[in-house]
Amino acid sequence: MAKITSLNDLRMKKEALQGKQLPIEPRDGNDNMVRVKVGMGTSGIASGAKEVIKYLEEELEKRNIGAIVTQTGDMGYSYAEPTIEVCLPGQEPVVIGWVDVEKADEVIEQYIRKNESIEGIIPANYQTINSTNETKQADTNKTQIRIALNNCGFIDPENLDESISRDAYLALGTCINEMTPEEVIDVIKESGLRGRGGGGFPTGLKWEITRKSVSEQKYVVCNADEGDPGAFMDRSILEGDPHTVLEAMAICGYAIGADVGVIYIRAEYPLAIKRLNIAIAQAREYGLLGKDIFGSGFNFDIEMRYGAGAFVCGEETALIHSMEGSRGEPTFKPPFPSVEGYKGKPTNVNNVETFANIPPILLKGAKWFAGIGTECSKGTKVFALAGKINNVGLVEVPMGTTLREVIFEIGGGIQDDKKFKAVQTGGPSGGCLTEKDLDTPIEYDTLIEAGSMMGSGGMIVMDEDDCMVSVAKFYLDFTVEESCGKCSPCRIGNKRLYEMLDQITKGEGTMETLDKLRTLSNVIKDTSLCGLGQTSPNPVLSTLDNFWEEYVEHVVEHKCTAGVCKSLLRYVVIPDNCVGCTACARNCPVNCISGEKKEVHFIDQSTCIKCGTCFEKCKFNAIEIV
Amino acid sequence: MDMIKLTIDKKTVEVEQGTTILNAAKKIGIHIPTLCYMNLGDLNIENKPGGCRVCVVEVEGRRNLAPACATDCADGMIVRTHSIRVLNARKTVVQLILSDHPFDCLVCAKSGHCELQDLAHKLGIREIPYQGEQSTYRKDTSPAIIRDVDKCIMCRRCEVMCNEVQTVGALSAINRGFEAVVAPAFEMNLDHSVCTYCGQCVNVCPTGALTEVDHTNQLINDLADPNKTVIVQTAPAVRAALGEEFGMKPGTLVTGKMAAALRELGFDYVFDTDFAADLTIMEEGTELLGRLNKFLAGDKEVKLPILTSCCPAWVKFFEHQFPEMMEIPSTARSPQQMFGAIAKTYFADKIKVDRKKLVVVSIMPCVAKKYECSRDEFKVDGNPDVDYSISTREFAKLIKQANLDFPSLPDEDFDNPLGESTGAGVIFGTTGGVIEAAARTAYELHTGKTLEKVDFEQLRGMEGIRSATIDFDGLDINIGIAHGLGNARKLLEDIKAGKSHYHAIEIMACPGGCIGGGGQPYIHGDTSILKARQKAIYTEDEGKTLRKSHENPHILKLYEEFLGKPMSDKAHHLLHTKYFDRKTDIVID
Repeated sequence: MAKITSLNDLRMKKEALQGKQLPIEPRDGNDNMVRVKVGMGTSGIASGAKEVIKYLEEELEKRNIGAIVTQTGDMGYSYAEPTIEVCLPGQEPVVIGWVDVEKADEVIEQYIRKNESIEGIIPANYQTINSTNETKQADTNKTQIRIALNNCGFIDPENLDESISRDAYLALGTCINEMTPEEVIDVIKESGLRGRGGGGFPTGLKWEITRKSVSEQKYVVCNADEGDPGAFMDRSILEGDPHTVLEAMAICGYAIGADVGVIYIRAEYPLAIKRLNIAIAQAREYGLLGKDIFGSGFNFDIEMRYGAGAFVCGEETALIHSMEGSRGEPTFKPPFPSVEGYKGKPTNVNNVETFANIPPILLKGAKWFAGIGTECSKGTKVFALAGKINNVGLVEVPMGTTLREVIFEIGGGIQDDKKFKAVQTGGPSGGCLTEKDLDTPIEYDTLIEAGSMMGSGGMIVMDEDDCMVSVAKFYLDFTVEESCGKCSPCRIGNKRLYEMLDQITKGEGTMETLDKLRTLSNVIKDTSLCGLGQTSPNPVLSTLDNFWEEYVEHVVEHKCTAGVCKSLLRYVVIPDNCVGCTACARNCPVNCISGEKKEVHFIDQSTCIKCGTCFEKCKFNAIEIV
Repeated sequence: MDMIKLTIDKKTVEVEQGTTILNAAKKIGIHIPTLCYMNLGDLNIENKPGGCRVCVVEVEGRRNLAPACATDCADGMIVRTHSIRVLNARKTVVQLILSDHPFDCLVCAKSGHCELQDLAHKLGIREIPYQGEQSTYRKDTSPAIIRDVDKCIMCRRCEVMCNEVQTVGALSAINRGFEAVVAPAFEMNLDHSVCTYCGQCVNVCPTGALTEVDHTNQLINDLADPNKTVIVQTAPAVRAALGEEFGMKPGTLVTGKMAAALRELGFDYVFDTDFAADLTIMEEGTELLGRLNKFLAGDKEVKLPILTSCCPAWVKFFEHQFPEMMEIPSTARSPQQMFGAIAKTYFADKIKVDRKKLVVVSIMPCVAKKYECSRDEFKVDGNPDVDYSISTREFAKLIKQANLDFPSLPDEDFDNPLGESTGAGVIFGTTGGVIEAAARTAYELHTGKTLEKVDFEQLRGMEGIRSATIDFDGLDINIGIAHGLGNARKLLEDIKAGKSHYHAIEIMACPGGCIGGGGQPYIHGDTSILKARQKAIYTEDEGKTLRKSHENPHILKLYEEFLGKPMSDKAHHLLHTKYFDRKTDIVID
């Protein structure tokens, strides 16, 4: 491959590729081919996509169908994995979900061969920024806009040509050749982009501060230490479109005056790591990373650093310590990394999704970006929908979209038509919002006002079967595990919060426990060293605020209506229904049920282990859970 | 320097840019309580991880409370150090720390000196509202230091001392969250680590998590045993610090009272390690001159610079970290071990007591000396030359237990023959002292002339690394001094790289030398105490009639009656040692 040595080279290369339909197969220019893309993100592979892609490749060839089969990243429909996209010559591509080998056979025979409709087609409900023919009309009136996910699920992440055909590195070339670093920073500032990792700090301002820090050596760091339970936005971007992050880092390097970029990624993301390494090698081969990029004299290269999967390393000072080989724990700010960061040099740390927004902003302009979203929160936000929601997966919505729209329209509502109870945003740092907050527009500030936060984009939906005390306990369990242990309120305080919640779920709490929970939560927030401890009590405080009655029910009535807290459940015999068949007593594993034949039976609560066997075995509905 | 103005508790204060809230408050008499914070100003050692959160204060306009120790003042800042919000937070934080701390204060080795105990007292804490699981770890006992990690509060002071000051790297934080604790790598025991037992971690630990191994009970039993003759030696730095334990002003010399107290405790003979220090100079000085003369004669094989070897922590340090350079240090044993070797041969013969019935005890400013006694090369048929060593702190406890009113004790002398010493022996107690003592003797032996002025001022002070050139009658001798193992490492790296121009280097593991040893009375961050002790040492030296080791009449007699001459075969056998490569000692099991 000849190196791309100028912006013109890149434009020519892109033109040469642009007429072609994806997937681009260099050895075959015939556009009468069927094109099949298989979603090979982690969730796709976990659901069997590897088997499917192999099957499709082999069978299409065996059955003499001219087709090009390639992989692509996560298409966003985790609930319907494995997903594939099929494009018949001259037709619009369709996405088909739930494709196992059997289904793949059906796709070949019914859809590809006969062009007949098939079950499992997922109507796309988003538009991307690229071209109008990809604007897919939503089946709802709300449209997602894919900016950060622009290429995810479209391109083969291991094929740089496909990225280039969709404008990769064009923004970088334009910046280096046609703009001063200050102009680049101005565009980012004007766009109103704020950090997508959780804090929401204005990105342009961060770049400007780092640019103004005087030093011969500066660094660009990409924070890919995504660790919120249920969050997989960054992983999907890296697995589906690694070049956009590499390009953005190089742009940042140009803007702040750095020639080294480092991606700090958790080692638990092997696929993202693999694809990033491939992407870095390809970009170097094309001359898009390395020395004298676009013949401009600008040098920029990227290294990888693997984290051991500590949640706290998402905090930028902890991340930098970890990169330096030290214990991953935060230090007091200031000094901020923009002034004194990696190896003591000015360092600009941005999260993956923040970077993924950079090339689109530079290509389409600050005004375009600022036109999306709301007054204080511009652009879009990617969310990983999880929990009791029908359409588990990735969505990208304009800021200002309401929670109701995301959950009930895009997310397809609650599973099994159960009743919506709460939505948890912002991961362990966020809070649980309820019915009354559903019409809150999603913005940095409104979410904080409502008692939660944007966080990095995890969104976990809960229904009537979820116990909110247990939910708070789950998050505290996570925080206790993930606290670095450096400061006492976080190290010991969170443990005490967890213990109190545990007591409540076991029926050992009192009203005083609830008071203590709140008091201690406030002190931990007020005194902890870093963002982790300052926000870790949020799940407790927001559930105390929004589900006070449920807490009271636990401590006063020793009851868990959701039926989650096992210690609070009691299996009792309904005397009117019991015929004395002895089925329950015979099957009880701990022999805690007594009673003569044909007489009403009795369950000894002191030895019952709440296994539920009696409930299952009773044919007369004579056992109830109270 | 730019000055800024701010308001703390409604008082205005002007400070230099870069001043922390803690220091600004101190300036106007507001003492914000701290726990993890440590500032050893004169030694340039500061620990402010902002971890304990005890010093939090309210800064107007900030969302969260700010740690006063780590937050810089800003112009116009309004700070409140005792608002209800602050008081509640501070108290809660200390209650949390206490909720994960054993309640055995009454029997804790640190009782009375514990900074956490003081803080709980100061904040008037009477109950722990947040009870729960306490972290428990196994106790780790080494030959010198006990780790009771249940009491670790993660202040990280020991870590700073071990890693940044001493560059030993034995202790660091491990595990996460509630399990987080400071420990050797892989939670190994200390005696399987690179620990040198310098005891600086013990000196700075605010709680009872790190303490010395206690030998006082063994001593009480031995003193009570009529079949044993118990003799004692006291190191030079002890006399300059012991008084502090009895409310005497830092820097008060208590040599005479100390001798009286030892006699009161029941020791059969009260001797002085300073005697052995003089002996060390005879051996080490001769070794230095020997190497120097070979070097001057053109011998390319000779190892220079020669390094002192009286500090056991330093010895263990180079055995672990620089085993390839084991031929450089002097082979002379430390004064403690020279004393033991002479006591259990020469002196035992004199009083006709079998060495197995003679108990040699040392009183040391040090905890590494406990380890040194236990080294196999200092034993004869399993019987150690020095049976055990007790620290200055343990010694003070014994005096208190014996109901002695220490300040009013009479001044008494040491016994002979192992109690007589010169001023040169005394100054072993401070950084720069050993090499000054050696210079006094080496100069006269080399030149055959009498020194006009025995004070080598250029070798004194508190700078971490010092150097001086001494004119040996036309021959310039370059001398280096390092105290603190981090400083020692720098000089060793230079030697390794062939960049060192020194002929002789003195190294002491502890900042300040033995006066700042790991077994000394706690200074609780007040480094002016070290300076006062140093001054006392030089005062004692000045007051001596004899100030050069080779003039000590009992040393001369010892050579005449017993050893022959310095570096003789007998001297070699009794007074010199060898070193071991400990790099391979660290086995991860």
